[in-house]
Amino acid sequence: MSNLITLEKLKAGWEIFLDEAPLALWETFYVTVLSTFFAFVIGLPLGVLLVVGEKGGVLPLPKWLMQLLNWIINLLRSIPFLILMILVIPLTRAIVGTSVGTVASIVPLVVAAFPFIARLVEGSLRDLNSGVVEAAQSMGASPMKIICKVMLPESLPSLISNATIAITTILGYSAMGGAIGGGGLGKIAISYGYQRYNYPVMLLTVIVLILMVVLFQTIGTKLSVSLDKRNRGKQRHH
Amino acid sequence: MIELQHLQKTFHTAGGDVKALKDVSLVVPDGDIVGIIGLSGAGKSTLVRCMNLLERPDNGKILLGGRDLTILSEKELRPIRKEVTMIFQDFRLLQQRNCLKNVCFPLELAGVGREEARKRGKELLELVGLGDRCDSYPSQLSGGQQQRVAIARALATDPKVLLCDEATSALDPTTTRSILELLRSINEKLGITIILITHSMQVVETICRHVAILDKGVVAEYGDVEEVFSSPKTAAAKHLVFPEGDEAAHAVDSDGMKQVRVVFNGSDATGKPLIATMAIELGISANILYASTRNIGRKTYGSMLLGIPGGEAELQKALSYLEKAEDVTVKEVKQDE
Repeated sequence: MSNLITLEKLKAGWEIFLDEAPLALWETFYVTVLSTFFAFVIGLPLGVLLVVGEKGGVLPLPKWLMQLLNWIINLLRSIPFLILMILVIPLTRAIVGTSVGTVASIVPLVVAAFPFIARLVEGSLRDLNSGVVEAAQSMGASPMKIICKVMLPESLPSLISNATIAITTILGYSAMGGAIGGGGLGKIAISYGYQRYNYPVMLLTVIVLILMVVLFQTIGTKLSVSLDKRNRGKQRHH
Repeated sequence: MIELQHLQKTFHTAGGDVKALKDVSLVVPDGDIVGIIGLSGAGKSTLVRCMNLLERPDNGKILLGGRDLTILSEKELRPIRKEVTMIFQDFRLLQQRNCLKNVCFPLELAGVGREEARKRGKELLELVGLGDRCDSYPSQLSGGQQQRVAIARALATDPKVLLCDEATSALDPTTTRSILELLRSINEKLGITIILITHSMQVVETICRHVAILDKGVVAEYGDVEEVFSSPKTAAAKHLVFPEGDEAAHAVDSDGMKQVRVVFNGSDATGKPLIATMAIELGISANILYASTRNIGRKTYGSMLLGIPGGEAELQKALSYLEKAEDVTVKEVKQDE
């Protein structure tokens, strides 16, 4: 073990890292952000449906549809990501044209993340005080208005903090994309650390990943707290 | 006029069926303030939720201006809900919107333009005494202020009827008083019918003209507040009016005392002490059997149950004496049976 990390190797690793990291960092960044975005485009409406569609909800849907929705989400969430990446290769080819490369890794990430996001959104909306929804109903608000003007804006702080959880999780998954030909920091870590036993490069990559998680989490938490108008009242007591 | 005809509502729960409303009929004239009072589980909340169809009754009709609301679809009900608005015990303001935007919310739903809505919203906040808090968020307001914003919001669509579901139950007595005063002035200024659900006699006595006593899903008594509270006829009503039980009252009665219920509706408390002066001027020393009065500002609110010793003659003397006082209603409490 002692000769895995020597000063020379560290120096060589640092040079390789400096060479490869900027592009990889950018790749990881846009893959993560785009995947999170598309996963939200699909997951947010589904999460809303999970809450409003149930019996006694704002917009009750047929029971079979709700069961189907729940079943699909549970199924997708229970497939390990490494296997899911392989399973969706035909879909990736259909959408991107190829199953290899950085852009192609967005497809499996979205497929893996949207059911997760649907559950997070569901949780955020369920935390909302049902009284406000009833009040909106008592004012004659339509289901669509209740969703867009009450449920989503009122749970915005919670949605943002859940989006932060989602983006950091997707960042972790995106590194796994390196295993099947995706680009980014994961690719560097796997090809140098796992395939060539170049530990210094792998460690440096991991440090960058950690810094990215910390950055996303800090921004997300700050945003969620500062946008939450319920915190305004607390400032008076200082 | 809002008219309830034979409303029934049963909830099917895991623990069995709960008959919240067994058979409720009630007529509320336009511009009235009606209290619906009852103990927990009497069906009050279900009843008020039926009035704007938040809860659909299993049977019966709800007529608003002669139109049966129970046959309308959710969509057809939406315009009706601008005419019958509601305030709640827990205020239910949108926490992420400031006061003005909360008040503007029903106007947004009604498709009123932004500028016009803001103008109307400001006027309404002015009306409830919060004209300077437009930009504050609900979390920055006290409970009483939040309820005022909720009232402004409920008035935004020019309703005919305002439903109050335990609207003052989460507030302290002083704040309760000021909210009730606000409701009363709204009723007077705007002519809005107010239907108030409460478990507090105090609230009913303070602002209601009529009261319905709801007990186990039926209206036990309905009539003038003074009438019902001074001579409750049913067991349910007696239980509310004499929370300590009327056995004590019976015992006193058997001693030859007549009972008189005195209701203070904001009578002048700074003048002479009514009961004491009666003792001095008439020589009738009334026993205070039950009293729940409160002085707000310089006015007395609440009610008292007096035992008048002596015979019928003494009673009549006491009644005519007490009746002369301003803002006081007096009624002999008859112990039937």
